[in-house]
Amino acid sequence: MNFANGGLPGGKREKLVVIGNGMAGCRAVEEILARDPGRFEVTIFGAEPRVNYNRIMLSPVLAGEKTFDEIVINTSEWYADNGITLVSGDRVDHIDRANQTVVAASGRTEPYDKLLIATGSEPFIIPVPGKDLEGVVTFRDLDDVDRMLAAADKGGNAVVIGGGLLGLEAAHGLSLRGMKVTVIHLMPTLMERQLDEAAGYLLKTELESRGQTILTGANTKEVLGKQGKVTGVLLEDGTEIPADIVVMAVGIRPSTGLAKAAGLDVERGILVDDHMVTSDPAILSVGECVQHRGLCYGLVAPLWEMCRALADHVTDRPTGYAGSVTSTKLKVSGIDLFSAGDFSGAPGPDGEPCEDIVMRDASRGIYKRVIVQGNKVVGAVLYGDTADGSWYFDLLKKGEDVSDIREALIFGQAFASGGALADPNAAVAALSDDAEICGCNGVSKGQVVSCINDGSHSLDAVRSTCKASASCGSCTGLVESLLSLTLGGEVESGPKTLCKCTSFTHDDVRALILEKELKLIPQVMQELHWSTPDGCASCRPALNYYLLCAWPDEYEDDQKSRFVNERMHANIQKDGTYSVVPRMWGGLTNPRELRAIADVVEKYDAPMVKVTGGQRLDIFGIKKEDLPAVWADLNAAGMVSGHAYGKSLRTVKTCVGSEWCRFGTQDSTGLGVQIERMTWGSWMPHKFKIAVSGCPRNCAEATIKDFGVVCVDSGYELHIAGNGGIKVRATDLLCKVETEQEALDVCAAFIQLYREEAHYLERTAPWVERVGLQYVKDRLAEDGAIATYAAAFRYSQQFMQDDPWARRAEGERSDLHQHIATVRPMEMETVS
Amino acid sequence: MIGDWLDIGSAQQIEAGTARTLPVEDASGAKVREIAVFRTMRGEFFAIENTCPHRQGPLSQGIVHGDVVTCPLHNWNISLRTGMALGGDEGCVPTIPLRVDAGRLYLLRSAVIGSGNQAEAA
Repeated sequence: MNFANGGLPGGKREKLVVIGNGMAGCRAVEEILARDPGRFEVTIFGAEPRVNYNRIMLSPVLAGEKTFDEIVINTSEWYADNGITLVSGDRVDHIDRANQTVVAASGRTEPYDKLLIATGSEPFIIPVPGKDLEGVVTFRDLDDVDRMLAAADKGGNAVVIGGGLLGLEAAHGLSLRGMKVTVIHLMPTLMERQLDEAAGYLLKTELESRGQTILTGANTKEVLGKQGKVTGVLLEDGTEIPADIVVMAVGIRPSTGLAKAAGLDVERGILVDDHMVTSDPAILSVGECVQHRGLCYGLVAPLWEMCRALADHVTDRPTGYAGSVTSTKLKVSGIDLFSAGDFSGAPGPDGEPCEDIVMRDASRGIYKRVIVQGNKVVGAVLYGDTADGSWYFDLLKKGEDVSDIREALIFGQAFASGGALADPNAAVAALSDDAEICGCNGVSKGQVVSCINDGSHSLDAVRSTCKASASCGSCTGLVESLLSLTLGGEVESGPKTLCKCTSFTHDDVRALILEKELKLIPQVMQELHWSTPDGCASCRPALNYYLLCAWPDEYEDDQKSRFVNERMHANIQKDGTYSVVPRMWGGLTNPRELRAIADVVEKYDAPMVKVTGGQRLDIFGIKKEDLPAVWADLNAAGMVSGHAYGKSLRTVKTCVGSEWCRFGTQDSTGLGVQIERMTWGSWMPHKFKIAVSGCPRNCAEATIKDFGVVCVDSGYELHIAGNGGIKVRATDLLCKVETEQEALDVCAAFIQLYREEAHYLERTAPWVERVGLQYVKDRLAEDGAIATYAAAFRYSQQFMQDDPWARRAEGERSDLHQHIATVRPMEMETVS
Repeated sequence: MIGDWLDIGSAQQIEAGTARTLPVEDASGAKVREIAVFRTMRGEFFAIENTCPHRQGPLSQGIVHGDVVTCPLHNWNISLRTGMALGGDEGCVPTIPLRVDAGRLYLLRSAVIGSGNQAEAA
């Protein structure tokens, strides 16, 4: 759709002006467009100089888990495609209701038929001395995040005033960024609006164990400073805490100045009716700036419902908004926390008492409390295991009678349904259509299902169409269940959790291994709350690789977590025998090697020997018992493992190059050998193939390799991310260099970037397609990046370039190759 | 009682999370079958036929997790306890009753030389 040229035939469109380019303003416009795309000519004013982004995702940006680009909701193309005029960086100063115009700071005047005020809220600054010092910031927009990041770059001390949702997320981010963080909270319990004392305590303990200092019941008296810059915080009790940055996160208040000046009815927020109409019928308002039925909301979920009601109203199908019950999740990785409804335990309006149902599992750090009043769930607090949060929330919102399942309620949905729902898919199937799946974007189960039925058959497609799971990702499992329920077994794969044993993604796990300095597989499983005792065949090899990549000098490879080929250092064949491929550097060989191979073939009765596509020889049909002896023979002729079996560097294929070929421009064979000497033995996310062609005729087929070099007269073209497999993909040109040394350095750097950032079992082709060629280019173009990555690769190679065959040939791990015993039934005895 | 059980060696010969193989030969010395003896990460021992019901992959070479082994050929998951294929796959591997006594492993003699009928694990 493109309305950029304006005007539908047959009528002038009404002018809708939106003040506020935040989540509420844009969502309202999206909802209206979804109902009646041609109705309004839309102009959006935003005070921030940028496109619309997901404000609740600023915490992951601060924590370094997301980039700004990833939290953009509507790109500039969206505004253009929908014919919306975006006036960013220009604050609206005045509303002239009599003439129906708004006037911006720049003097720009815009007439309106309908005006939508979506100014949101402002952070509350506690009125203490020193509040205006440089270094005192709030946590509201991207500029605040930038200020915090700049402070964190210098290190030092951070003080966060306010132990609510926002304050703790700020503290987490700053702590991850290397600052020493103190949280000052006035109340005795952290997040007291969402958590009871027990859960608050568990949270406090967890945060303290991560190195934060948490002071509860602490009242800020003054922000201290020197020469206009913040130096610390003074508490009422005289305690002084040093600080290089102070984040005020004590709360927000509706931003109502503009509405008040225009003479609209305003109390705490801008007063609106059930259709989000203010006291002026031409002016609407949604989001954190409004007061509806006496309540102001500071969370994102109510906003979606408000925007629906607003869009229904302005497109003449009024439905009305009846207020929201809210739930909360803390976006601090590794901490599962959920709360919803009322957990004060106070009797209801008719005096009905509350009953608590509590379950604790101290050793697993789990605390669950469900509050029941008159056979209905009125509140829930979950810590450590939040899987049933959406179920409790659904029961709560519906006001369902739970007397039948009361006994089992606390054990969660699977158990309460008599075990029939132990299968997570069945549990999701049992949710009602209006159960909320994605809290960040306000998407219900019914919407996800219809989006899938309309053709979004993968997680990515669902994320881009209805936005479920597109923000914090905590509902990814639910969306995947809906995909498999709706489509049967035909779900297309996409970014998802590492495996069924964890709710973390590959990226999360890799980041946490580094951040928490996890160095053993069982430690990763413990710290990251693995749901199985010792993982599965998917996560164990992935973790083994991630640890090996993160700590090359320390980590001891776990053979039990290696796929058979990497454990046996040979390729298993369908009959259980193995094939053996010795390395032939750059595809070169000599009589001694050929003789040794011929001898092995005869001595061990190998039924077949074959030239591989990677320019070497593959000996088939070797029994696992014979492998060490075969390797000893090959080692004796100077040959080492070809790693033809590994998620590792396979071969470097070459053509003959300038030494012999009449077209050759450079010594492609020699360069290939150098590259193979540099890269052999390295473990990777997946297999990795290299080729070097001596001229653009490309006889070594370098342009379908993970890394390919094409020699030209003036130097070397370096190509990446090719694949000759199931889905053929030609390489992308990464760059051109002039010397062999540069080619070697770029090769090492590219491999290291791939090793550090790709998901396990992701070849370079899908990896580059996922992150984008430009991303890879940008990363390698950063100052000194080539040298840094190449050095990291070479450092790691010191520990990897150790022929595994030699150690086995010497008798290491002989148990892997020998039977425990043999049974000869005639004697009914065993022979070891 | 011990006469019904075949001593196959010390339990310490099997590292936790791995398996070792036990070929069974006939009178002429030809291998008739192979048994895989597993030790799980939690220290339980199981013996099953070393043959996946799918395409006869050597289960002893698979990754062991919990009391399940994943076949190295096509990733079928087989319960070491029951021999049943798990998940959506259908099939079953014969199990061989095994007991540990004074640090040594014993297999039920009749199950080893028989055709590998399913029997309850000891």
